[in-house]
Amino acid sequence: MNWLSNLSPSWQWFHRLGSPRWFYQTTGRWLPWLSLLAFTLLSAGLVWGLAFAPQDAKQGNSFRIIYLHVPASFLALAGYYIMAIAGAVGLIWKMKLSYMLMKSAAPIGAALTFLALFTGAVWGKPTWGTYWVWDARVTSMLILLFLYLGVLALQYAFHSNDAGNKASAILALVGTVNIPIIYKSVDWWYTLHQPATIKFTSAPSMHPDMFQPLLVMILGFYCFYTVALFLFTRAEILCRERKSVWVKELAMAREQS
Amino acid sequence: MMHPARKQRLQLVILIVVAATVVVSLVVYMLGQNANYFYTPSQIAAGEAPRGVHIRAGGMVVEGSVVRAADSLDVQFTVTDGASLLVVQHRGILPDLFDEGEAAIAAGSVDENLVLQATEVLAKHDEKYTPPEVADAMNDAYRRKQGQKESVE
Repeated sequence: MNWLSNLSPSWQWFHRLGSPRWFYQTTGRWLPWLSLLAFTLLSAGLVWGLAFAPQDAKQGNSFRIIYLHVPASFLALAGYYIMAIAGAVGLIWKMKLSYMLMKSAAPIGAALTFLALFTGAVWGKPTWGTYWVWDARVTSMLILLFLYLGVLALQYAFHSNDAGNKASAILALVGTVNIPIIYKSVDWWYTLHQPATIKFTSAPSMHPDMFQPLLVMILGFYCFYTVALFLFTRAEILCRERKSVWVKELAMAREQS
Repeated sequence: MMHPARKQRLQLVILIVVAATVVVSLVVYMLGQNANYFYTPSQIAAGEAPRGVHIRAGGMVVEGSVVRAADSLDVQFTVTDGASLLVVQHRGILPDLFDEGEAAIAAGSVDENLVLQATEVLAKHDEKYTPPEVADAMNDAYRRKQGQKESVE
């Protein structure tokens, strides 16, 4: 660890972030509060969206699947950037913790992408008349699922953690191209999927009574994602650092209590 | 200051992302119109869509154009993109969201009369979500406005 000595003070926070032990202890303090927040937001948003929000004039009650579909898709895309940036930091700074975050983001992202595709299929049948279409949005989302699974598979394809980390990080970085394509696919091509309801540049094309619970659900999904990412990363830390003194002490303390 | 070795690796990471972006943008650009899920009525009228090949076409269903056969599931309707019209013939049940004035996508082949013989009809919904009462109120207001205009004329 000779390179640590030439770090300037301004980089110290970054160095501390890279310590698995520090991450494990800090997230351990945050987790109860974050979980409570995620649970509150998700349950409030679900009850509000599914039971109290008005139905849609054209789609009736089937539109309510938006309260799962849109937040899941949001986090499937945002989570990919988290995974790719973690991979890049790992490649550049050779930071162990960063690779652990990258690996943990893959299964969560894959699950969220699957949820987005599945709810989309369930929604597609009554609204479009079909479960599946090969339009630009749906196909690019399927590619996202394969990218997540590919990153995960590469982790297990090598004997050494180091080789697997590098291969996964490079695939994750190459795959970032897909994210703006997914986002803009509905504008660049004629797709069956409708354009975005929530835009960064203008007001949402949704009645406020329907939009507010959606916003709560999106916030809830962000919190839930953070909780899941912390839990997966903590498990990965314990697994990869099992030979370190502090993990052994932790395990001993658990056994005694 | 960044360590030279880390700086080099940072450059490599940027190179990977930029190279992948360039390659994919080129592929997407080459695919061009082929990646479109459907043709517009204007493109079909201009002869841009291949004849006798399975394609998809989409547009807004023209008000009052839906004609259902009395003794079979045959249905005919016209879709428009605002510039051209396309007649679609289909045998089967239409999706719930299919309606006049709404967007629809039909899959099938264009015959010699430039009529689309559709094997499948899908409804395309828009990105707007409105409660029924609000939609009714808006429609009423729209009709009242139209009525005022007519009475003035």
